[in-house]
Amino acid sequence: MAIVAQNSKYGKAGRTILAWGVGLLFFFPIFWLVLTSFKTDADAVKPEFLFFFTPTLENYLNMTENYDYWRFATNSVITSVFATLFTLAVGIPCAYAMAFNPSRGTKDILMWMLSTKMLPAAAVLYPMTFLTKSMGLFDTHFLVIMVLSLINLPIVVWMLFTYFKEIPKEIIEAGQMDGVNTLGEIREILIPLAWGGIASTALLCFIFCWNEAYWTVRLTTTEAATLSKLIEGNRAPEGLFFGRLSAVSAAAVGPIVVLGWFCQKQLVQGLTFGAVK
Amino acid sequence: MGRIVLENVTKSFGETQVIPPLNLEIDDGEFAVFVGPSGCGKSTLLRLIAGLEDTTSGRILIDDADVTEVSPSKRGLSMVFQTYALYPHMTVRKNIAFPMRMAGLSEEEQEKRIMTAAESLNLVDYLDRKPGQLSGGQRQRVAIGRAIVRDPSAFLFDEPLSNLDAALRVGMRLEITEMHERMQTTMIYVTHDQVEAMTMANKIVVLRAGVIEQVGSPLELYRAPQNLFVAGFIGSPKMNLIDGPQAQKHGATTIGVRPEHIDVVESGGAWTGTVGVAEHLGSDTFFYVHGTGLAETLTVRAIGDVSLKHGDPIQLAPRATEIHRFDADGLRLP
Repeated sequence: MAIVAQNSKYGKAGRTILAWGVGLLFFFPIFWLVLTSFKTDADAVKPEFLFFFTPTLENYLNMTENYDYWRFATNSVITSVFATLFTLAVGIPCAYAMAFNPSRGTKDILMWMLSTKMLPAAAVLYPMTFLTKSMGLFDTHFLVIMVLSLINLPIVVWMLFTYFKEIPKEIIEAGQMDGVNTLGEIREILIPLAWGGIASTALLCFIFCWNEAYWTVRLTTTEAATLSKLIEGNRAPEGLFFGRLSAVSAAAVGPIVVLGWFCQKQLVQGLTFGAVK
Repeated sequence: MGRIVLENVTKSFGETQVIPPLNLEIDDGEFAVFVGPSGCGKSTLLRLIAGLEDTTSGRILIDDADVTEVSPSKRGLSMVFQTYALYPHMTVRKNIAFPMRMAGLSEEEQEKRIMTAAESLNLVDYLDRKPGQLSGGQRQRVAIGRAIVRDPSAFLFDEPLSNLDAALRVGMRLEITEMHERMQTTMIYVTHDQVEAMTMANKIVVLRAGVIEQVGSPLELYRAPQNLFVAGFIGSPKMNLIDGPQAQKHGATTIGVRPEHIDVVESGGAWTGTVGVAEHLGSDTFFYVHGTGLAETLTVRAIGDVSLKHGDPIQLAPRATEIHRFDADGLRLP
């Protein structure tokens, strides 16, 4: 019965409606954010201007002229790009070793790496703050890149490990027999073969870095502050300026939404890896 | 040059010892075949020589140089894998060129060797294809091409034909044998198929549970198997092994007679029985005979077409000089 119902016309229509409904539900906050960003702060809180209002670019102009949006954006790009590159540079050899030369401890190391993600960030907030300040690293690009790299390294190694496991061991061994050293194997054989997996891992890592707020807000002030910090900075004691806040948020979310849109295929592949085999 | 010597080599995986201390010499230019049932350690032994597995103890020498601790890439050996292990992202040309590129050979030299290999392996028309667009036989040819261009001191083959269909297997078997005749380079070939071993090898190494049961030329193994395992493993169809009173008559615990060494006679045969199944192949006839007073079904090979069928009585005369005698431990008696 269930199968018949699924294949019937009504079932198909029902599923289409459901899919659209869920899609719109998830999309609505973004839509609302963008809509609000074109309202003045005053209009933003008035119910009568819910959908019909006079659009203004005031918030965006204000953001670029007074809030130094481009500096924050540049910091976001620099820290996310370098953190992603660094994470891959460490993660690829690491996952390579674990996938092709596993020892008895490999599984335990993988579990231990993942367990670091279970540590509440707040537990190490103060040590981190004091330590980085006394080391003179507070509010530097270097610190942000390191922190972003380290918090994403476990998941990156896990993802790469899973991809590398799918490559037949014989191909790597054939490389060894053909006279390639380890570096050559990674460059000539592993990376070309696992390119799809590496790309989707890099993309996810970049997105995680870009969206990271907890540490970037707390370990920076001005120099290395990212877009997360800019959004957070629009919290004022006298209340929230919803128009301004929405514009900043939209401008922070924008690049990543565009990137995600163009790389949908890799992203889905990355998120569902190992699900079907 | 490619003389390979194993000295007291052992291999353990954790607590399990898969290769107890083992000694073996393979001379330059020899075609050595490691043969044995699955799980006998023959592939592990090959991988130890290749360097893809670390030896637990003992030494491996190639041309008198100790390579036990040398990485596979520096041992100067080529290997052909059962699964071909081609680089799927490279064309046939690039696959074959890969080891030469890694060795830093000039472009002209690479191209020259690629063409020589491609011509001898019938791959000229496929050089710009990817491995995914080739048949199994062609892929294995590419793998062989990739192995020969680097001019190794020895070739290692790990069951290279077992993924191919029967007809192709026979063809490739001849090609590899011919390649060996032409190049005279040491080859070590792993297989579980005793026919491959018999037809290709100069030297057969029969392995069981990591232990060498016998080493010798195909005919030595055929004529004088040192124990029951080798006797039963080498030869097709298998040797008839008979226990009991018939064996005691010859002063042994077990006697073995090959199907081709039992004659079908009109009268006066040592053994009598009835034909169970008769297989008429034209050139030969195989009889599966239930012998009177024998527990085992005997396999008998008669030359030409012998017109006996199921249920017919049959008289058999084993040739006295071709009876192999084994003691209670399964070892050959002189």
